[in-house]
Amino acid sequence: MNPAPSIVFFTVASGAGYGLLFWMGLLRPLGLVPGGAAFGAGAVGLALVLIMLGLLSSTAHLGRPERAWRALSQWRSSWLSREGVAAVVTFAPAGLFFIAVIGGKEWLAWWTGLLAAAGAAATVYCTGMIYASLKPIRQWHNPLTTPGYLLFGAFSGAVLLAMLAAFWGAAAVPAAIAALLGAGSFVFKRVYWASIDAAPPVATMESATGLGFIGKVRPLDPPHTETNYLLREMAFRIGRVHAARLRRIASLVGFAAPAVLLALALPMGGVPAGILALAAALLALVGLLAERWLMFAEATHTVALYYGVGEPR
Amino acid sequence: MTSLPTPAPGAKKLGLVIDLDTCVGCHACATNCKEWNTSGHMAPLPDRNAYSAGQEGVWFNRVHAYEAGEGEEGRTVHFPRSCLHCETPACVTVCPTGASYKRAEDGIVLVNTDICIGCQLCAWACPYGAREFDDDAGVMKKCTLCVDRIYNETIPEPQRVPACVSTCPAHARHFGDLGDPESAVSKLVAERGGVELMPELGYKPVNRYLPPRRAPKADAGPPKEAGPLPSRITNPLLRWVDKVLSR
Amino acid sequence: MRYFGGSDSAGDDQDMPDDGGATDRIAYSAPIGDEVKTTTCYMCACRCGIRVHLKDGRVRYIEGNPDHPVNKGVLCGKGSAGIMTQYSPARLQAPLKRVGPRGSGEFAEISWEEAMEIATGWLKHVRQTDPRRLAFFTGRDQSQSLTGFWAAQFGTPNFAAHGGFCSVNMAAGGLYTIGGSFWEFGEPDWEHAKYLMIFGVAEDHDSNPIKTGLAALKGRGAKVVSVNPVRTGYSAVADEWVGIRPGTDGLLIMALIHELIRTDRVDGEFLVRYTNAPWLVVRNPGGADDGLFARDADGKPLAWDRTRGAIAADDVSLSAVLVGEFTLPDGRRAQPVFQLMAERYLGEDYAPEAVAERCGIGAERIRRLAAEVADIAFNQPLTLDIPWTDVWGRTHETMVGRPVAFHAMRGISAHSNGLHTCRALHILQMLLGAVDTPGSWRYKSPFPRPIPPGLGPAGRGAKPNTPLAGNILSFPSGPDDLLVEDDGTPIRIDHAFSWEAPLGLHGMMHTVIGNAEKGDPYKIDTLFMFMANMAWNSAMNPLETIRCLTAQDEDGEYVIPHVIYSDAYFSETVPYADLILPDTTYLERWDAISILDRPIGSSHGPGDAIRQPVIKPDRDVRPFQEVLIELGARLGLPAFVKEDGSPKFKDYPDYIVNHQRMPGVGPLAGWRGEDGSKKGVGEPNKDQLQRYIENGCFWRHNLAPEESYFKHANATYLANAKAMGMMGNSNQIVLQIWSEPLQKFRLAAEGHGAKQPPEALRERVRTYCDPLPFWYAPLEQQQHDTDPYPLSAVTQRPMAMYHSWGSMNAWLRQIHGSNKLYMSRARAEAEGLAQDDWVWVESRNGRVKAQLSLMEGVNRDTVWTWNAIGKRAGAWMLSPSAAEAQRGFLLNHVISEWLPAQTGPRLANADPVTGQAAWYDLRVKVTKCAPGEDGITDPLPTLLETPPNMPQTPDILRYNAGGDRP
Repeated sequence: MNPAPSIVFFTVASGAGYGLLFWMGLLRPLGLVPGGAAFGAGAVGLALVLIMLGLLSSTAHLGRPERAWRALSQWRSSWLSREGVAAVVTFAPAGLFFIAVIGGKEWLAWWTGLLAAAGAAATVYCTGMIYASLKPIRQWHNPLTTPGYLLFGAFSGAVLLAMLAAFWGAAAVPAAIAALLGAGSFVFKRVYWASIDAAPPVATMESATGLGFIGKVRPLDPPHTETNYLLREMAFRIGRVHAARLRRIASLVGFAAPAVLLALALPMGGVPAGILALAAALLALVGLLAERWLMFAEATHTVALYYGVGEPR
Repeated sequence: MTSLPTPAPGAKKLGLVIDLDTCVGCHACATNCKEWNTSGHMAPLPDRNAYSAGQEGVWFNRVHAYEAGEGEEGRTVHFPRSCLHCETPACVTVCPTGASYKRAEDGIVLVNTDICIGCQLCAWACPYGAREFDDDAGVMKKCTLCVDRIYNETIPEPQRVPACVSTCPAHARHFGDLGDPESAVSKLVAERGGVELMPELGYKPVNRYLPPRRAPKADAGPPKEAGPLPSRITNPLLRWVDKVLSR
Repeated sequence: MRYFGGSDSAGDDQDMPDDGGATDRIAYSAPIGDEVKTTTCYMCACRCGIRVHLKDGRVRYIEGNPDHPVNKGVLCGKGSAGIMTQYSPARLQAPLKRVGPRGSGEFAEISWEEAMEIATGWLKHVRQTDPRRLAFFTGRDQSQSLTGFWAAQFGTPNFAAHGGFCSVNMAAGGLYTIGGSFWEFGEPDWEHAKYLMIFGVAEDHDSNPIKTGLAALKGRGAKVVSVNPVRTGYSAVADEWVGIRPGTDGLLIMALIHELIRTDRVDGEFLVRYTNAPWLVVRNPGGADDGLFARDADGKPLAWDRTRGAIAADDVSLSAVLVGEFTLPDGRRAQPVFQLMAERYLGEDYAPEAVAERCGIGAERIRRLAAEVADIAFNQPLTLDIPWTDVWGRTHETMVGRPVAFHAMRGISAHSNGLHTCRALHILQMLLGAVDTPGSWRYKSPFPRPIPPGLGPAGRGAKPNTPLAGNILSFPSGPDDLLVEDDGTPIRIDHAFSWEAPLGLHGMMHTVIGNAEKGDPYKIDTLFMFMANMAWNSAMNPLETIRCLTAQDEDGEYVIPHVIYSDAYFSETVPYADLILPDTTYLERWDAISILDRPIGSSHGPGDAIRQPVIKPDRDVRPFQEVLIELGARLGLPAFVKEDGSPKFKDYPDYIVNHQRMPGVGPLAGWRGEDGSKKGVGEPNKDQLQRYIENGCFWRHNLAPEESYFKHANATYLANAKAMGMMGNSNQIVLQIWSEPLQKFRLAAEGHGAKQPPEALRERVRTYCDPLPFWYAPLEQQQHDTDPYPLSAVTQRPMAMYHSWGSMNAWLRQIHGSNKLYMSRARAEAEGLAQDDWVWVESRNGRVKAQLSLMEGVNRDTVWTWNAIGKRAGAWMLSPSAAEAQRGFLLNHVISEWLPAQTGPRLANADPVTGQAAWYDLRVKVTKCAPGEDGITDPLPTLLETPPNMPQTPDILRYNAGGDRP
């Protein structure tokens, strides 16, 4: 699948934003992150900015962005619509949460935070389900896809929270969570890759054409000699070497390194911890962009079979 | 609403039956579809770089050519590909706006281009590549099964079929109600062993493809009446000497 | 109009999905357009009937006319893309006069009046001095009855259309053997055939009927066998593909004949009744009559009767002896044709084992194929309960046929051994008794024609201001009919009908420009071409052709002083002309698909058709035929002026209706006579075109069942054909196994008669003018060392562009925007070549760079590509970076128009009897490009400049003639 920058950025940014919102909503009432207005404004504000940038970016993928509001109507069947509804609905508690945090209205912050956390989780769940529900793309139509979105959102949110908290010298809890989630993500992603590498293609040129009873099917001539939308969008292929390198970047830079850095930062505190947490956050985001780019680039769509573009082997 | 309609028992399932045995790959279905539809219900079907490098356009029907099998035992197969009007089309259910819909009364899958936002998720959801994105108008388009022909009272009745069916010189395309087991198309499918494409995905396509007939293997040996063996003939012409051939 | 809403649509009351479905605006019953007109398609030579729907003056939709006998409502990929041919930005806009050097593309737009004055000036001078100095050659047009007539009126022998580089071997082979051929001449009995074998068919003039017919055949379980080096198109749907090596079809056919005779699977009755198999051939080696038919005092051929000896072969009571050697009453020795034929094909040379390796087909398989066709022909004959009367006046209760049909096309024709291959195929048909019988191949009316069909060609004695009497492209019966000077020098610029190509029935367009540049046999003044892209894909070796077109003499004058070109589009040839006469598109014109040319008849009966303008040109262009008629009047050609010198015809429709070739015979056969009641022969009818239009722009006469088979010997058919003016007499047309005209040429080469070939050609004429088909290696391959060039290389036109260039069509150029070189996967892998590698394709003539594609369905020793996809940068209003110019390539660059250098005259790379261009004799080697050479084709001639005032090409085309949605 074509790794369109708008979608790669959108899912990473909004995933991190929702993750951050989730942890703020959850940890703040528990007093596990700094409770001041400045910190709260910074953290919730950053979350909202990331979410909005992501959503804005996603509209760049639309042919008719001015009609985007229509996407809220089909929540009964469409995960994309549900994602939109969840995102919009989440803005209400999240906005109030932001106001409450700034205004020091702890009773309001307490329950809007929890609601926002729930909304964030729901939204990211929907995002995951958009991909997980697409049967023609086996790398997405996988039981690990949605947990992955949730996990990586939680992880990147926690990393960002740890970074902010480190500036306040109180990063212990988020950093510990982030380090654990990073380690978990590292393992999880490897399990996912092993799973998609081992799985057979969902269909073959033979089943796509119904001609397998004759023998091996090979393309002779495409319908048109130049490229087209389907090929650009759904027959994107990445070289093995390139994919392997990106997998290393994603898993080491995106998950392992931030986990290690945050683990190191835990006992330190102060400026060194802040620097480490900042580095961890930057690495996590870079790694996640690579991970998300790969999520598309490694995904194969059955339509490519009609053009003889088989799975890379 | 992009939830699928619950068709009443016996509701029509209009679709195409495509005969891969006789399709010679002339592209008539593709260009006739294009000329009908570029001024039809989903008009226009734009073409980018129409006279320069990278020419490409919106086509509802594309004809591939494949080779199946090896060497002389193999077969070249021309393979028209268009929307299969699935019974459980994910392109409809994933649509966030309701633009994509399946009709209860005849099963045709359509896009209301007035409300499509161009998110293209339906294209991702379609395993068959039937969705055609018009990036000029920013909306998704697709085969309408010529909904503006098949019910058109201004067209003589025999021609109220999709343009691709009407024009096919090899009569390799048939149109009808695949929900009715007694229809001509259903019988054709039964008789010729028509297949669904990628049934493993479970979209229940309505269109069927009739597989190429396979001739008996070449070089299966000469038929019984192959004539005398060369060794038994000294001069074949001698046999003609006494032959009386009158008018 | 009805709109979708609730239960209003398809009649039932289902709950509709709300939202998208509820608000979608569907006009269920919108009229297609505001007007519909019928006319005839011109996207290829199939001539389908079309219905053109117009809306607000634009073409909304083109569909097949369901009432039309050719296509019965269907329409192919090209015809369905006609809108984009109509609105192509490559359409020429106005007459042009060259103002820079040839090829520079510097033109000035001029008025039609000026253009006509220029053309008239040049042509008048030529006609007043030496009319031969006009060479008038047309391309893929379908108006040869007019253009040929015009040329004869002008007085030049130098006229032809593109048949010489297309399929004249097939036409000549058929017309000299069975009085018909394939494409417009005949077709398989689609309703009854049980077995169809097709040779070298990629597409055909009969494109839609073949597609429909194949489906019908396969639908009832008949077997289709395709003999073709490449398995695409029709070969793809064949039940058996025989991947033969190019140029060896004749070997396969003769091996099949060998097998049929050897196994005694021959329809003797058919041979005796309908062919010259029983005719006696004089055996007098060295004598002037050797190989000629023994004839009685009335000139009637003789046959040997079992009891009466030599009697007239057409005697109804003949009891023929087919084998033996007999003494004629005058003492000469003679043998029946059958024996001579049988001896030749029973020879070891044509045994399956002997041909297997060269054909690339196993001997066992050849034997099986022969047994298969024999089994169908003789064990499964087809009887129709239709009484009919033969030429001897005998009534037969039934029609018994051999349901084995054959069809062939350019693949076997475009070789220098093609004439004999085509003739051999017809002999195979005769042996099976499968000529115009139920289930076999059938004549399309107005065929069959007498063999040969007419008098020799006109062209001798061209004089200033004097028309030539007769037809320029006609049918020699022997040396006396050749167009040569006393010393054997060709009279025609292309050397057709000379000793170099005695049966050059369609001319030799591929030699015209080269010969004109060389002044062989003389210099010309004006080259006048229509719809022939000779500076590109229509030429063998286009860069050499361009050199000839631009060659200058010592004084800096062009060696070909004037070039006039008419075309509707900015093709590669436009920049090389001095005067451009822009033609209309096919939807903007009148035309006659004339009964005098190759009409739209079928085996069911004769027919013809017209085109009528369905839209007005939006440019300053005129239909070529109308321009030609006006030029005829301006030049004072007798048939085009009244006695007072004023124009005889006011326009082309006037000519179509009122021109009479002979009294009562005109371009159209339908609705003749003053009241329109006559068929074939009758006075002009002023309402004729209106009657055609009312009938969907075609006329068709349906043959009665009793005249629909055995037309060559069917008394009813022949009498009716004569009455309708389709034939001069109603005699039996005896199918010719032994070809006496060819033997006459051979005798001349052996030193007999007044007209003999020049010494340098004597042996060639003797060898190749063989009265019985034989196989020989293609001339080009005989004459150079083919070891370095192990692969045969051929081309075919894709169905979506067949017989039309197509790249100016925005839709078709998406289907075929560039071409690759296809090679057998196994062969490529053995040679270390991979899919999409860039390779050099090299022949004795040069090399061309292409991208490789591997496939299973191609003969292992053959490479091939789609023809005429590659375009020269700048032409056809495509951007220079277009794939057609960058990655598309022409195999033409490596095909020489001449045979390898040798002593004697320069000879065309063509069939030695017919002059058919031998496109498919090419041998090449394929090697991988050096690193850095890939990505772009070569040769890559310079960019062609755009003529003035051509329209802008849109980046995005949003064609929509449908109007607003509800």
